Amino acid sequence: MDIEFGPDEERFRAECRAWLEANVPRPPLPSGDTREGFTAHLEWERTLYDARWAVVSWPREYGGREASLWEWLIFEEEYYRAGAPQRVTQNGIFLLAPTVFEFGTQEQKDRILPKMASGEQTWCQGWSEPNAGSDLAGISSRAVRDDAAGGWRLTGQKTWTTRGAFCTHLFGLFRTDPAAERHRGLTYFLVDLSSPGVTVRGVERLDGDEGFAEVFLDDVFVPDADVLGEPGRGWEVAMATTGSERGLTLRSPGRFLATAQRLVDLYRARAAAADDAWRDRLVDAWIDAEAYRWQTFATVTALAQGGRTGPESSMVKLFWSELDVRLHELALDLLGPEAELADGELASWMKGYQFALAGPIYAGTNEIQRNVVAERVLGLPRR
Amino acid sequence: MRFAFTADQLELRDGLRDLLAKECSPAHVRDAWANATGRVPGLWDRLVEVGVVGMLAPESAGGLGLTYADLVLLLEETGRHAVPEPIVETAAFGVPLLGRADLTVAAAPELVPWADTADVVVTAAGRFDPATIELSPRPSVDGARRLFAVRGRAEPVEGLAEAFDRGTLGFAAQQCGLADRMLEMTVAYVKERRQFGVPVGSFQAVKHHLANARVALEFARPLVYRAAVTLDPVHVSMAKAKADGAALAAARVALQCHGAIGYTTEYDLHLYMKRAWALARSWGDAAWHRRRVGRAIL
Repeated sequence: MDIEFGPDEERFRAECRAWLEANVPRPPLPSGDTREGFTAHLEWERTLYDARWAVVSWPREYGGREASLWEWLIFEEEYYRAGAPQRVTQNGIFLLAPTVFEFGTQEQKDRILPKMASGEQTWCQGWSEPNAGSDLAGISSRAVRDDAAGGWRLTGQKTWTTRGAFCTHLFGLFRTDPAAERHRGLTYFLVDLSSPGVTVRGVERLDGDEGFAEVFLDDVFVPDADVLGEPGRGWEVAMATTGSERGLTLRSPGRFLATAQRLVDLYRARAAAADDAWRDRLVDAWIDAEAYRWQTFATVTALAQGGRTGPESSMVKLFWSELDVRLHELALDLLGPEAELADGELASWMKGYQFALAGPIYAGTNEIQRNVVAERVLGLPRR
Repeated sequence: MRFAFTADQLELRDGLRDLLAKECSPAHVRDAWANATGRVPGLWDRLVEVGVVGMLAPESAGGLGLTYADLVLLLEETGRHAVPEPIVETAAFGVPLLGRADLTVAAAPELVPWADTADVVVTAAGRFDPATIELSPRPSVDGARRLFAVRGRAEPVEGLAEAFDRGTLGFAAQQCGLADRMLEMTVAYVKERRQFGVPVGSFQAVKHHLANARVALEFARPLVYRAAVTLDPVHVSMAKAKADGAALAAARVALQCHGAIGYTTEYDLHLYMKRAWALARSWGDAAWHRRRVGRAIL
């Protein structure tokens, strides 16, 4: 056991911290899930990219620093500690990019990754459909071969697409073999949302932001160059992405450590009104944030020794999503009558609460995750 | 940073697991419930022999001169097998406190298990003078834990606070082992037990109970292992609070998923469940430890 970071890692942390302290926008940007806020966030993404902080773990040629997983975790801890803006590029850099690195051609990598890192192109996820949510393999949007044009024609509807109204591109699964059942006969496509035949309609989320979209595709042409992986193998390609989403990269411990610290500050500010029951819940949530940090250190140690993320990532998703709800519920209890305020500094807790409530739903509902833990970690029978 | 045990440490753990599977089986624990001492005849000598008892003592004092990070997985195994011996009290608490590996130590902040068969008895009051010690039995729900209220003249011992933290962490490790054992038993049971023509483990209601308990254990263990390296009192309290929670959750879910069979003493589950109940309220319960963490962070 060696539970200290080495001098190189501590230097990296100091460098992150110094740069973030000097550059994080104050006051905080408006929500990145609104049109004006999204634009402001893209400027911030460009600032990150120019200083090589946008995608620290990527190769240098694509704008990264070739940071180790440890350094990436450190960056995330420092990023949230500094109260830096949400990452509106996250679905590209954390969900699509790992798949591009694994399955993309050299041409695709060179064309897609730098523009993704700089925020010039922004990516939304086209998984869910009106009749395919938890049961993702039930998607019915289809793609038909167009040999003459050298590509495919896509028709169907995607929904609950985060920031779909603002993004330039969509990645998603479409059925290319109508005779094949369920998770066979699917293909992973990269779609330019400015293509003819695409209609995007923003949908207001629980918190009032236009954070969702419905994406309608009517005979949209996508060239062969924008198929990721082999046609018909889309399910396998997509599973690599959902692994990243549930596991480490979507919500690293730094986010919850920072929220727990903000909650401690809030508790202190309201100490006169605070009671022992709140204190107990606060400490419990703090310990959980620490537990997630150390559980992640164990996971990263295993990955650094050549392991792979497996069904254990479902335990991680369950844990952080429910912790996030508890943290925000406690903050609202501490705020009392001010909890409902929709304006001003305190409103960030209600906003955060509404975002936290999405956690047990997105990236595979927690009910699905519990099934995965039961069946694939504990070995219980499927039916 | 390398937050993992070495191959040697894991091998030692596996060796002890095999030994205890043979020499501290449920039948042995049941025998301890019924016999005069509450302990397993001959087991202590085996634990001394394989080095668990004296692990933290320097080689000059007959120990192995190893660290708590070497010991913690072994204590977890003693939990998995509900070892009815004062192993945490001796190996983690007493040996470094007294600087010797040849005495069996019984200890607890208040009610002390196996105090009648130990060489030395220590409580929060200090080390008891054998000439004045008076032991009053206080039977435990865990029939192997022969519990005593202790009276007599106690002398202060230097390093008692640190010793209590080492002991507390040892019980946190045992709680992880107990939780793992109860989950393992329950998973095996619900795969076998059939109702409505299918294994009851195929029902989502059962799956979700077990998944929740497994998650609690997954996030308790790293806190225990981190504290084994730092021995920081706040880290120890985090570990005990979460390990108690994981063990109680596993016990509750294990009983529910077993149904009526788990409610009998003929079935082995109660041996582990009752140990978890007892440990969760000794050496500081979760609320006590959260208060201690709270004083550090608030």
